[in-house]
Amino acid sequence: MSELPPPTIEEFYRQCADRKLMAVRCVRCKHIMVPPRAICPKCRSSRVEWVQLGTQGKLVTYTIVHVSPPQFKHMTPYAVGIVEMEEGVKLPSIIRTSRLESLKIGMELEVDFSPKSQETSWPHWPRYFFKETE
Amino acid sequence: MRRPRRVKPLATIISAGLSKFGRREGVYARELFAEAALEAFHRVEKLDPGKDIKAAFIGQMSEAYEHQAHDAPIAASWAGLLPAPATRIENACASSGSALRCGIMAIKSGLYDIVLVGGVEKMTNQPTPEVTGILATASDYPFEQWNGMTFPGLFALMATVHMHDYGTTEEQMAAVAVKNHKNGALNPKAHMQKEVSLDEVMKSRMVAWPLKLYDCSLITDGASCLILTSPKLAKKLSDNYVHIIGSGQSQDTFCLHERDSLTTINAAKQAAQEAYKMADVKAKDIDVAEVHDCFTIAEIIACEDLGFCRPGQGGKFVESGASNIGGAIPINTSGGLKSKGHPVGATGTAQVHELFLQLTGQADRRQVADAEIALAHNLGGSGATGVVHILRGA
Ligand SMILES: [Zn+2]
Repeated sequence: MSELPPPTIEEFYRQCADRKLMAVRCVRCKHIMVPPRAICPKCRSSRVEWVQLGTQGKLVTYTIVHVSPPQFKHMTPYAVGIVEMEEGVKLPSIIRTSRLESLKIGMELEVDFSPKSQETSWPHWPRYFFKETE
Repeated sequence: MRRPRRVKPLATIISAGLSKFGRREGVYARELFAEAALEAFHRVEKLDPGKDIKAAFIGQMSEAYEHQAHDAPIAASWAGLLPAPATRIENACASSGSALRCGIMAIKSGLYDIVLVGGVEKMTNQPTPEVTGILATASDYPFEQWNGMTFPGLFALMATVHMHDYGTTEEQMAAVAVKNHKNGALNPKAHMQKEVSLDEVMKSRMVAWPLKLYDCSLITDGASCLILTSPKLAKKLSDNYVHIIGSGQSQDTFCLHERDSLTTINAAKQAAQEAYKMADVKAKDIDVAEVHDCFTIAEIIACEDLGFCRPGQGGKFVESGASNIGGAIPINTSGGLKSKGHPVGATGTAQVHELFLQLTGQADRRQVADAEIALAHNLGGSGATGVVHILRGA
């Protein structure tokens, strides 16, 4: 098992750069989690493994942000939400849509990725985001 | 009717102080703190604060507002408490609720006989987008902040589900703002002493749909403090004191998306159960409460989590007038975070300051008749921290 990458947040985003959405699963109780971590919050086991998630999810809840921190100002108004994947794990995400008024709890979404940030300071993570299924 | 058993207090509040809340231009956090401390000192003539106060626990959320960390020794110095040990406690918006717990533990353990707990935040030096960014630091950086979440946004995510699952309406959320502004208009220390109409709330500009400007608490400068001692010493020092009979704190997942339910704040629910049990009281025994209305939806959820109404009924509860002054259980008589203001680090002990006034009959036009048992509910972040205290008048 030692050759597997550690269950870290940096590793999660490194995988996003390869257009893979990953989660960590507890080997013992099968709890699946994002953010990844080394100790299962449900059963306290430290036997966890990486799993690759599918591309499809459902919108659990959403909001449309009009007042944002400075770094997101150019996007306002923009939608953020919580998406539940087929594997049962949930993630927070920006929801990209040209029709903010069409957002609905339960709607189908698919994941996409944007490249690594060109900022000179940490972090240089790419972003995952969700959009309406085509 | 069953009267609650009179449990032995954990600690006793002999005094409380509050600075004027508002846009305090030209006033530093340390100066606000001294203002709150002076009010508390003036209430207990028999106390020699510089000599008698043996330790201080001071809540503050962020050093980013004033470029100032390590603020506890500064605040203690400005309050004339040196060389008493002073420690900053940070649990986001529950910083001073958590500081209060530290004070209770210090008294209850017998380590100190008199301590000061409080909190302070000076927020208005920064423009609103910067404040939004600083507040957002109390949410998860790699997953929530990185994905454009804001604090109004996180509570809006809860509101959207509450509306979907229970039929809660934007008008019901607005009713929280209308009630709390009505109370705040009676509080000379409140930031915004002005009533607002349902129509004004509904027409205010969008912040994070469905939350509008008037659904959000205020960006405020302010400080608050309490002086704690043992029940025995309290009798010797003052005639106006209030016992702390229950204290609970609990944590939940830091990220909102990891929680099983988005319509309840489990950390607050757990904290309330712990405090109710310790105090041997039930929700129906509470005569007056200050709850953490950082957003109007948060008060609706708090009423459900604390057992003042059934799950999902928080919107109807506020609409019915049950939580008005004069109602079955008056909530946020101070005006709440909504109208009194929300200087983040000061909020937890500011809530208890209002309850101290209520239980000692000093709440003037906001006074709840015959209030004997009171509850304070303080949240940190999007509910990763919940702190609940139960007080009893002497
Ligand atoms: Zn497990």
